[in-house]
Amino acid sequence: MAATSTSMDAERGILAGLLRRPPAVAGLVVLVVIVALAIFASQVMPYPPGQLSIRSRLQGPSLLHLFGTDEFGRDVLSRTIHAGRISLAVGGTVVVVSALIGVTLGLFAGYFRRLDPPLSRLIDAMMAFPDILLAIALVAALGPSAVNVVLALGIVYAPRVARVVRASTLVIRELAYVEAARALGVPTPVILVRHVLRNLASPVMVQGSFIFANAILAEAGLSFLGVGVSPDIPTWGTMIAMGRQFMDQAGWIMWFPGVAIILSVMSLQLLGDALRDLLDPRLSRTT
Amino acid sequence: MTIAVARDVDQAPATPLIEVRGLVKHFYAPGGRIVHAVEDVDLTIGRGRIVGLVGESGSGKTTVGRTLLRLIEPTGGRMSFDGTDVFALSAREMRQWRRRMQIIFQDPFSSLNPRLTIRAIIAEALDTRGYAKGRARLDRTVELLELVGLSADHASRYPHEFSGGQRQRIGIARALAVEPDFIVADEPVSALDVSIQAQVLNLMEDLRRRLGLTMLFISHDLSVIAYACDEIVVMYLGRVMERGSSRDVRIAPLHPYSQALIAAAPVPDPSRRRVHVPLGGDIPSPIAPPSGCVFRTRCPKALPACAETVPPLTDVGQGRFVACLRVGAGGVSL
Ligand SMILES: Nc1ncnc2c1ncn2[C@@H]1O[C@H](COP(=O)(O)OP(=O)(O)OP(=O)(O)O)[C@@H](O)[C@H]1O
Ligand SMILES: [Mg+2]
Repeated sequence: MAATSTSMDAERGILAGLLRRPPAVAGLVVLVVIVALAIFASQVMPYPPGQLSIRSRLQGPSLLHLFGTDEFGRDVLSRTIHAGRISLAVGGTVVVVSALIGVTLGLFAGYFRRLDPPLSRLIDAMMAFPDILLAIALVAALGPSAVNVVLALGIVYAPRVARVVRASTLVIRELAYVEAARALGVPTPVILVRHVLRNLASPVMVQGSFIFANAILAEAGLSFLGVGVSPDIPTWGTMIAMGRQFMDQAGWIMWFPGVAIILSVMSLQLLGDALRDLLDPRLSRTT
Repeated sequence: MTIAVARDVDQAPATPLIEVRGLVKHFYAPGGRIVHAVEDVDLTIGRGRIVGLVGESGSGKTTVGRTLLRLIEPTGGRMSFDGTDVFALSAREMRQWRRRMQIIFQDPFSSLNPRLTIRAIIAEALDTRGYAKGRARLDRTVELLELVGLSADHASRYPHEFSGGQRQRIGIARALAVEPDFIVADEPVSALDVSIQAQVLNLMEDLRRRLGLTMLFISHDLSVIAYACDEIVVMYLGRVMERGSSRDVRIAPLHPYSQALIAAAPVPDPSRRRVHVPLGGDIPSPIAPPSGCVFRTRCPKALPACAETVPPLTDVGQGRFVACLRVGAGGVSL
């Protein structure tokens, strides 16, 4: 039985498949909690995230302030939850941007033989740079702002999407149902969308979860280096960057956002790994 | 057998629907080497006839089928389809032309998009026939499904819910949806269980009679070809070795390659005087085909002269053509 025929079945069983893998379940649970906290931030934050209180500045974790307070007396728990909204939003938007660019590049490179050499060279050239260096260069060129950070990271991760999309497109292009559509005289743009794109969802999803994880990390890295989003916008990255000055006296200011980053990145990685195993037809045969 | 005879009598001397002359298809392998997939193939297919194309794996059968439909561009040759020079059509003209020719694929699993319902798969074909969305299109979909032995409630299902045989029927329905004059059936049953093969072959025979289809029926299995076809074309390494009526080629193959194929065919037929020709070795690479007759390296009757010239496909009378130095006029083996 051809691998392609299993993709519908595979997707139906994705959730069931994930639930059979303990690491994936752990990842899923943590991710759901983090996302829920971000969505219901205003209901769960114990204090307004911007509320200053000079009297209670740099206090360690206590019952009053579970994660302690920062140099302005703001509640670190509330700020970590609030910052999560932005960090996750940045990560999610980066996934969308990189998917848009990457899918387009990969689809064209994979489907049109003439376009493949130049596009593949472009993709390889972009992948040759270390992610964070390329991101810094792009942000420097575009100017530091939240939108430009998203754009820069979207561009940085687009080649990863492009590469898997190209590889899948090269396979799908040769399948009989694409040839059948050509034999019917279906216009090429319709073939690309109806027959190729629709069968690319799985590899893009896998890459998407890895990119999500990387983007959260990279955004924090850029913020830490001072080339990320403006320090006034609370993200996990900016919190760590600001907290660094008080590392010795009040480490909790950066620990907790750091833990939030680690948890979300790890859960996304675990999920991505499980998805990749599940959707890989060679592996799913044996499970 | 009686049917085959009746067909021969019915045969009208009108112009054939399809005439292919000197078809050549080369692929380019890495390192600039040329794959001689199809070399100088002539084909003539009369209206309402089924011509079988038979040969070992790698002999270029699929490539012939795909070039006729211009799913891949021919390297050389001409094809006249109902008087039109198809290879000369522009890409835009070709898109309009496509609905006159269709293809049925070997692999029923990769031939249907797993994301589309059967209705959507048929709709795509009906679209090219100008069926607008709506009642008429739905009715026509059901009609087509019933024509191939499926039913209306199959329409909303996805391909993975069907067996190989059912999928092949859906593929046939899709091809018929555009009401083509000509169908290339590329090994339509070789991926199916033997028990299902006969059902699908019967369906195709039935459809051919009811719809008057013209077909190029590709198979590596001579027993399937013999059952389904009026005429047989035997191909080897990109070239036609022999051509004749299904009956003649089956009962008295003239070319040593056809003889070997028939000897290897699994159908027990006590009435047939078997010409046992062992066919050793593998088909040579089409990147470096043998000089002269391409079959000579495996031919039990090869002569030194076979390496010199490519034997032309010669008319030996009674509609039979053979490309062998040893077969002279009247089909007499020299
Ligand atoms: N796209 C391609 N690129 C390069 N070589 C090709 C291509 N398609 C076919 N060939 C080669 O052309 C030759 C004929 O292939 P073809 O698929 O037409 O044979 P076939 O008779 O249909 O065989 P089978 O019974 O295996 O389907 C083979 O050697 C094959 O490797
Ligand atoms: Mg083939």
